[in-house]
Amino acid sequence: MDWTALILSLELAAATMVVLLPIGVWAGRKLAWSRFRGKALVEASLALPLVLPPTVLGFYLLVAMGGATPLGRWYESLFGHQLTFSFQGLLVASLIFNLPFAVQPMQRAFEAIAPEVREAALCCGMSRLRLLRRIELPLAWPGILSAMVLIFAHTLGEFGVVLMVGGSIPGKTRTIAIAIYDRVQAFDTTGAGIMSATLLVISMLAIGLSYLITAPGGIRRHD
Amino acid sequence: MRGWALALVLLFSSATLAWADPPIIAGAADLKFALEEIAAAFKEDTKHEVSLVFGSSGNFYRQIGQGAPFRMFLSADEGFVFKLADAGKTVDRGELYAIGRIVILVPHGSPLKADGQLNDLAAALADGRLGKFAIANPEHAPYGKRAEEALRHAGLWEKIKDKLVLGENVSQAAQFATSGGTQGGIVAYSLALAPAVARVGNYALIPDSWHEPLRQRMVLLKGADEKTREFYRYMQQPAARAIMKRYGFLLPAER
Repeated sequence: MDWTALILSLELAAATMVVLLPIGVWAGRKLAWSRFRGKALVEASLALPLVLPPTVLGFYLLVAMGGATPLGRWYESLFGHQLTFSFQGLLVASLIFNLPFAVQPMQRAFEAIAPEVREAALCCGMSRLRLLRRIELPLAWPGILSAMVLIFAHTLGEFGVVLMVGGSIPGKTRTIAIAIYDRVQAFDTTGAGIMSATLLVISMLAIGLSYLITAPGGIRRHD
Repeated sequence: MRGWALALVLLFSSATLAWADPPIIAGAADLKFALEEIAAAFKEDTKHEVSLVFGSSGNFYRQIGQGAPFRMFLSADEGFVFKLADAGKTVDRGELYAIGRIVILVPHGSPLKADGQLNDLAAALADGRLGKFAIANPEHAPYGKRAEEALRHAGLWEKIKDKLVLGENVSQAAQFATSGGTQGGIVAYSLALAPAVARVGNYALIPDSWHEPLRQRMVLLKGADEKTREFYRYMQQPAARAIMKRYGFLLPAER
C-alpha cells in the first residue's frame, strides 16, 4: 500500500474541493438565475471537460504550462519551479476537469429554489449575504454536497491527465491511480490489488453518499 | 479570491515539499529491480535515501527537456544522455554504467518455447500458435527498439507486426508477456532474472550480435545535490556493480 500516494490523492481532492466550492456556488447561482448573452455558450464550455478525452486536456496543459510558454515562465519566475511535474500543476488540471462536476449539480440545485422565496425574502429587507446564508445555501445544500462528492471521487480516480502532466513523482505527482499502474508494471499484484480495493470501497461510499443525498426520501430537504 | 486560492496552493505545496526530500532519480524500466536493490544497499551504507522513478528512457528524455525535477538519469540508451548534454540539461556527458541484453520471455504454460534463436517463434508464427507477442514501444523505449532489430534480423518483423502488443516501457512489456494475455515477449534480461518475473516465466538470451548494443549511460542533471552525486559514485562501486552483475548486465571496466 502506497500511503504517500493515497495521502497525495486525498490532498489533491481536498484542495480541488476547497477551490471549486466558492466558484461552483457563484457560477451555479449565476447560471441558474441570470439571463445573459452567450449563456448557452458558457454552459457548453463548462460542460466540455465531461466529454473531452483526458489525454487531450493533458496535452494542452503540458503545452500551456511548459517552461517555454509565457504562462509557464510567469509561474516559474513567481514560484521558482515549473508548473508541470508539480502538485500545483496537477491541481490546475484537476480544477479544470472537475469544473462541470462542481457547477452542474449546484446550478440544478439553485434552479430548484422557487423565485418567490427569494423575492419574498428580498421584499422583507433581507440583505443579499443573509439571503445567501439563510435561504439559498440551506435549500441548495444537497446539490452542493453531491457536487463535492463527485469532485472527490473523480479526482481520486483521474489517470490520463495526471499521467501526462505529472510524471509519477513520489510525494508530488504520483497519485493513487498512478501508483496502481506502477505497481502492476512492477509485478506487484498484491500491492495493486490492495490499492484497487481501497479505491473501490472509497468510490462505492462516495456514490452511495451522493445517491443518499439526492434520492427522494433520503436525507430530508428543507421543503 | 485569487489571492486566497494562491495562499491555499502555497499551503499545500509546502506540505508536499516536505515529503520530496530525497532526490528523485529517473531510471530506465529495465533497472526496476536492480536499482531498487542498489538504492536499498546505498541507504544501508550511507543512511541516505533516494527516490526512484521508472519509465521508458525516451519518455524521461522528453520530461527532462520539459523541466521534470529529476536529479539524475539512468538511461537504457546513451543517445538520450548525449542529446540532453547537448541541450545543456546535464552536468557532463555522463558515464557508461552497463550494457544490457534482451531475452525472449515466455510464461509457464505457453505454447511457445523459450528459444533464443527465435526458431520456435518463427514456427509458431507459421502454424498459428502465436496470438499476441509483447515488446516495449520501439518509438521511445530502447529495449523495444532492440527487440525490433532482433526480430528484423530473424526475418520475422513483417510477419509479427500485427501480433505485437506494445508496452509503454520494457517493464510493462514484461508484464504483458507474462500476464497470460500473450504467448510471450522480448524484454530485458535484467527483468527476466528478477525473482518476481522468474516465478512466472522462462527465458532465453537472444544473441547480442542481432541488434545494436544497449549501451546504458547515466548522467547527473543540472542542479544535482551532494546526495545525488554520492549515489552516482556509488553506482560505480563494487557493491552496486555486484548487484548489476547479478541482474545480467555487462559492466564497463572498473576505473
